[in-house]
Amino acid sequence: MMKADRTELSLIGVAIAVAIAAQFSPNWLVFTLTLAISTGLVVMGVVMLMRAGLVSFGQGLFYCLGGYAVGLGGRFLGITDALVLIGLGVVATVAIAMILGLLVTRYREIFFAMLSLAFSMILYGILVKSHGLGSTDGFGVVDWTLLWFDSKTGDSANMALMLAIALALLIALFLNRYFKSSIGLACEAIRENEVRVEYMGISRQQTLYINYVIAAAIGSVGGSMTALAAGHVDPTMAYWTISGEFVFIAILGGTGHVAAPFIAALIFTLVRTYAIELAPNAWQMILGIVLLLIILFLPKGIWSLFTRKKGAAS
Amino acid sequence: MKTTQQRTIWQKTLLSTATSVALASAGVMGLATTAHAQDSFKVGFVTFLSGGASGPFGVPASQGAKLVVEAINEGTLPAPYDSVGVNGLQLEMVEVDEAGGPTKQVEEYRNLVQRQNVNAVIGYISSGDCLAVGPVAEEMQTFTIAFDCGTSRMFEELEDPKYVFRTGLDAVADNVGAARYLAETRPDAKRIAGIQQNYAWGQDSWQDFTLAMEQLMPEAEIVNNQTPQIFQGSYGTEISALQTRRPEIVHSSMWGGDMESFVAQANARGLLAQATALLTTGESGLHRFDGQAPNGTILGGRGPFGGFMPENDLSEWFSKAYEEKHGTPPSYPASKAAQAILALKYAADNSDADGVPSSEELAAALKGAKFESVSGTVNMGLAGGHQAVQPMLYGEYHFEDGQAELRNVKSYPGDCVSAPDGYNAQEWIKEGFPGSSCD
Repeated sequence: MMKADRTELSLIGVAIAVAIAAQFSPNWLVFTLTLAISTGLVVMGVVMLMRAGLVSFGQGLFYCLGGYAVGLGGRFLGITDALVLIGLGVVATVAIAMILGLLVTRYREIFFAMLSLAFSMILYGILVKSHGLGSTDGFGVVDWTLLWFDSKTGDSANMALMLAIALALLIALFLNRYFKSSIGLACEAIRENEVRVEYMGISRQQTLYINYVIAAAIGSVGGSMTALAAGHVDPTMAYWTISGEFVFIAILGGTGHVAAPFIAALIFTLVRTYAIELAPNAWQMILGIVLLLIILFLPKGIWSLFTRKKGAAS
Repeated sequence: MKTTQQRTIWQKTLLSTATSVALASAGVMGLATTAHAQDSFKVGFVTFLSGGASGPFGVPASQGAKLVVEAINEGTLPAPYDSVGVNGLQLEMVEVDEAGGPTKQVEEYRNLVQRQNVNAVIGYISSGDCLAVGPVAEEMQTFTIAFDCGTSRMFEELEDPKYVFRTGLDAVADNVGAARYLAETRPDAKRIAGIQQNYAWGQDSWQDFTLAMEQLMPEAEIVNNQTPQIFQGSYGTEISALQTRRPEIVHSSMWGGDMESFVAQANARGLLAQATALLTTGESGLHRFDGQAPNGTILGGRGPFGGFMPENDLSEWFSKAYEEKHGTPPSYPASKAAQAILALKYAADNSDADGVPSSEELAAALKGAKFESVSGTVNMGLAGGHQAVQPMLYGEYHFEDGQAELRNVKSYPGDCVSAPDGYNAQEWIKEGFPGSSCD
């Protein structure tokens, strides 16, 4: 219990530090950070599934649902409050995940991966065919408000970051406890030995189902935040390469800690944007080499840098 | 776990050193670029440098832009652009890859303006990127020219733009022009079919084309439309489906490699012997078909660009310089990129600014302006002076003795193919083109 408290305190501390540092950071970094945190949230969902031994190549489905909920809610329902829009996304996503979860949690390994990918590509296909929603061009997100704040007049980049930090902190605190809760531990146990878990009287189906739905809801928050920050949604959000990126960042960060996906997402985004700046014609190569090196030398993810030091000290 | 424990100390040291150096250098680079001397004018140029659109569009556009930037810096352009630099400043161009989708382009746009401190941004081939970047450009108050993207929603969604301009025509002009060309040259055609890539561009193009055909050739029947995936490459099924419907005209908005593959396959399978293809972006294949397209195939170049450029000092210089450097005449994306750079030079030279012109001064100079370009005189006459009005041209492809050329070229004035301000483009077509003059 002592240990958990320390993690929570440091999470809060880091969140406050980032929020303060952002006030003195250039605007581009604020925006990049917002996107990285949003991506980190979706990756969080991938990590949750990974802890249960499942790899989802379709987390883009929930990312896209969250994004489109913000876009459509603003455009057709006239909602401008950011929290209501994000809530709308979560409700819609949870509803869909509860239906899909019944099916996909029956599958494991490559079958789960392919099935999740298929559902995400179905959404992509539907959106591409939706001419009224701009097809592949997507459409713009309306100006949003948050309590007293209006993105039309205020510093929306900064406000989006504050909102992202607050949401990410809440979710990280929740997940930190969740991973240590009986259901969180049951997920890990399922990864190790499913049959044994059943013999212990825990329903693996139920455990995986709850885990899947929570992961979906968190992915939706990430998508909503991306839409609010970038101001545009398009079907690419559900495309399989985006889902692949999430899996990649999850592997990059490792499953060891709730902070790992955020750090990995930030490193991924920064490496990519500097690679684009330095080598407009060969940035994919730089990105690929850097990521390959990290995977080669840190097979347990970036977070293993931190845990190893701790191990050496004790 | 074993591998972690067995890792030797030198590996750990190496790793942590490498990581720290990487992170530190990223930070230093970020700081270094913020300090930037203002003795030059820095422009960000965003176009596809990777992916399917890079070969036919992105790379030629980048080559065209670079050529004009070099000439501007040396002062070797013909009049009225024969002064050195833009407003006397050397023009520095930073390239960014457009691949990756709108969210990433919004991020890279912000990085261009705030990290690389560019004074203006020119770019964007993809309509989705234009729609996403437009509002951001307004928010960041940075002079921005969209040079190629074709969505008619751009200035419908961006109300009262101040900083965003488009120096190219939209897809409505392409397809209204195409319908007008058919009405003029193939008035007896009865069976019209289409094949479009299954994404926004293809869907929009087909919608605008069919709406225009209802107005201009009400007798003609739309018999079929195929929508293969983008970058599908093989069109056997679609070609067979089209053949069974016996069309006389096959309209296609497919572009680049897809368009060229379709033409080659449709020609081999005999579809193009029975029907004439009308390719709205076909000009980019003008010097690449090498006779694989039958003579008489109707090509468009999204306006007076590439092979449709009128004869003037600028276009002659551009064609000659481009061919000398790259071994092939410029295609329409190259001319459109050149046009956007010329628009920037025009705006800077006429900004009356002392030193580096601000985005406000540039916007004021280009708003509603008429400037000379490789495509003739460009009139920034729509969307409150932010959208170019130019003629739309179509012609027939002819290949003889190893030489490709355009014949029977018809030009339709800007007012004839573009909706006036205040009209939604589709409404304008449905109402029978009110306010258009085609003489």
